[in-house]
Amino acid sequence: MHARVMAGKVKWVTDIEKSVLINNFEKRGWIQVTENEDWNFYWMSVQTIRNVFSVETGYRLSDDQIVNHFPNHYELTRKDLMVKNIKRYRKELEKEGSPLAEKDENGKYLYLDFVPITYMLPADYNLFVEEFRKSPSSTWIMKPCGKAQGKGIFLINKLSQIKKWSRDSKTSSFVTQSTKEAYVISLYINNPLLIGGRKFDLRLYVLVSTYRPLRCYMYKLGFCRFCTVKYTPSTSELDNMFVHLTNVAIQKHGEDYNHIHGGKWTVSNLRLYLESTRGREVTTKLFDEIHWIIVQSLKAVAPVMNNDKHCFECYGYDIIIDDKLKPWLIEVNASPSLTSSTANDRILKYNLINDTLNIAVPNGEIPDCKWNKSPPKEVLGNYEILYDEELAQGDGADRELRGRPGQALGPRGIRSRDMGRTVLTTWK
Amino acid sequence: MRKAQGSWEKRILKSLNSMCTELSIPLARKRPAVEQKELLNKWNEMGTDEPDLSLFRPVYAPKDFLEVLINLRNPNYENGDSLSFRTHLGLIQVPLKVKGIPELKEFFVELSLTTGQLGIDDSTQVPPELFENEHVRIGQKVLAEQDSAAAQQYVRQGSPTALRAELWTLILNISSQPEDILYYEQLKTNVIQHDLLVDSLIYKDVKLTASNDDYYFVFEDYLYQVLLCFSRDTSVLGHFAYNSASPPKSYIRGKLGLEEYAVFYPPNGVIPFHGFSMYVAPLCFLYHEPSKLYQIFREMYVRFFFRLHSISSHPSGIVSLCLLFETLLQTYLPQLFYHLREIGAQPLRISFKWMVRAFSGYLATDQLLLLWDRILGYNSLEILAVLAAAVFAFRAVNLMEVTSLAAAEAVLADLSTLKVMPLLQIFLFATVT
Repeated sequence: MHARVMAGKVKWVTDIEKSVLINNFEKRGWIQVTENEDWNFYWMSVQTIRNVFSVETGYRLSDDQIVNHFPNHYELTRKDLMVKNIKRYRKELEKEGSPLAEKDENGKYLYLDFVPITYMLPADYNLFVEEFRKSPSSTWIMKPCGKAQGKGIFLINKLSQIKKWSRDSKTSSFVTQSTKEAYVISLYINNPLLIGGRKFDLRLYVLVSTYRPLRCYMYKLGFCRFCTVKYTPSTSELDNMFVHLTNVAIQKHGEDYNHIHGGKWTVSNLRLYLESTRGREVTTKLFDEIHWIIVQSLKAVAPVMNNDKHCFECYGYDIIIDDKLKPWLIEVNASPSLTSSTANDRILKYNLINDTLNIAVPNGEIPDCKWNKSPPKEVLGNYEILYDEELAQGDGADRELRGRPGQALGPRGIRSRDMGRTVLTTWK
Repeated sequence: MRKAQGSWEKRILKSLNSMCTELSIPLARKRPAVEQKELLNKWNEMGTDEPDLSLFRPVYAPKDFLEVLINLRNPNYENGDSLSFRTHLGLIQVPLKVKGIPELKEFFVELSLTTGQLGIDDSTQVPPELFENEHVRIGQKVLAEQDSAAAQQYVRQGSPTALRAELWTLILNISSQPEDILYYEQLKTNVIQHDLLVDSLIYKDVKLTASNDDYYFVFEDYLYQVLLCFSRDTSVLGHFAYNSASPPKSYIRGKLGLEEYAVFYPPNGVIPFHGFSMYVAPLCFLYHEPSKLYQIFREMYVRFFFRLHSISSHPSGIVSLCLLFETLLQTYLPQLFYHLREIGAQPLRISFKWMVRAFSGYLATDQLLLLWDRILGYNSLEILAVLAAAVFAFRAVNLMEVTSLAAAEAVLADLSTLKVMPLLQIFLFATVT
């Protein structure tokens, strides 16, 4: 028994020096090794995953090796590709006549309109201009495709502010075809739901263990990130990033940043507040919709994902709720921050990694990537099943469409409550 | 009691006046027009523009108040008469009449084991058909009929989250008529026009407490909007008719002692202490319209909260609550009580702050609201003392092992994971008496 246990210790590597990770590996009695040695588990940065699976520097992973990213995760986590995949997915559904792709009288998708109108720049510049002119008082947000933590983001409300991205501009010296400089421009949600007069966004963690069949889990302990400064849509404050961007990396530098609560609220606080002030039905509907849009985004990229069996991934979903209680998917992060800004934060992230490892590496033993990726319910911890395609299909494929007419949202979705009832989605 | 309250008030006022003299800040002054305009513009975000508060300190903190209560003695009372009181080991030495568990069981009969409760019977393991659905249905009916007495009876079993705001409005008889909104706007105008010294105390309190709280930091600005108006609301003076306390008086400059130049200071007669803003904070989860939030808070204050910081013999007054807490503990957990007393950790020293704040800031918000449901339902604050005792009972095993006050405080430092209803039910109805 002793010899078996010694031989069976997982060997881990990481290139992300974060205590919430390392403490978790050590508490399992796993052995730290270097990248060049025989390893079983590698928690890598996105740079490293690129190398592992690249044509030049890549290498084959053996059956007892697991990594924490899918090779082409960027199909979901790059802002431009995410939008592209969702648009493609919607068109496909429309073509096959699926009721999910139903539109309203204005041509807007009823169930699949969850990403703000987005264009790639400079490629779609002219399309963007056309849209811009339809509502010239609108505000748009410019985001560099490849950056994170709010870097390089700015707001515009005049075409002149983005002249450099104009394809036709002869004087432009900034036009570049390199993907590094590519931007997306999205309609800015200038009517976010405010609480206490402040804007906030939601950070939710979603674990995907396989894309085909799709199996994903939602972490119950997501949180809201509040801006420290009062929200105002006034144009004079467009440059004030403390008003508009909720990234903690930015808010941390504001004068009023508080290190005790870090400007964060639990999702259950949000739920309590909304139910108390708006009622139960609309709150339940909101949370159902949030779960729905996450699953749809995953379904959209599933066909193009390299569903390598050595991989799992824990995404950080950023969602904004507008004042009509409609959730919008802003972006998906492949490497959600593991830095802790407060004590509560540290505990949350520690538990997040702990529960993630329990699902991804069954029993904490040397993995076999051929396993069925169906962990028993007891190890889920604070995760709950968001969508399990195998389970859903097992109940009969034609159930997908039943129960939809008459419901604004359509799918029956999750009925989870602030007390955390464990539920399973029933829509396919 | 009144004498004690009177001298306590003198002390507070003296402290306030000396702060005023030290800092050379007047108790009240009219704002110049420019400043008025500025404040009006910033009305919704006062949290981001604070004056220098470093020299201000709260006028008093709960522990100062506790010292006063500990020293209360009834000069007419001879200890020899009551055997039971002579053996009272707690800090409170005033023999007020408090309920024992048999009486509490009768009083809180709706909390018994056989009656459905929100906070217990709506948990994930219990199918909603057993209690929750029906309870919600009844709640909706009560609201539809706008029956205030029925609402009060109803919330004894807890209020559904979605109905709570309306139910409390009904129980407190708040109706938002145009004149109420106008009255609030008038108060707001008073704030804009005049600056009071207590305003700085309020700012300081919010910054020290609610701003650092995981649940309430979001509502910081609402707290200013409510509390600054509250201190100027002379209608609050009405509650002194049934309050043993009297509003502090001050005199126009140069006219000390001349009654015709006496004014109540602050105008509402209530000097805030450290933690005062936490009475308002939980209400922000229910009401997001400032004048409604204001009315609800004001009513909660003049019905309940004032009793937590004035000296009286009322059964819901803080003195009685302290005595009730100590008596319950000594009677039903004598070993624990004796042990804590021996190591210099008198239980009241730890639980006092919970009760003075009605547990705000100590419990998770959803649990706090369930507790306040019962305060409204039973029109009594005694449940605070019962809960405090129940918390000690719950952590008794750990407490028996500590050997210092600091260690005892540590065991009881974090109440945020507690579920109040099971604790109360077990303590009242499942403890061997």
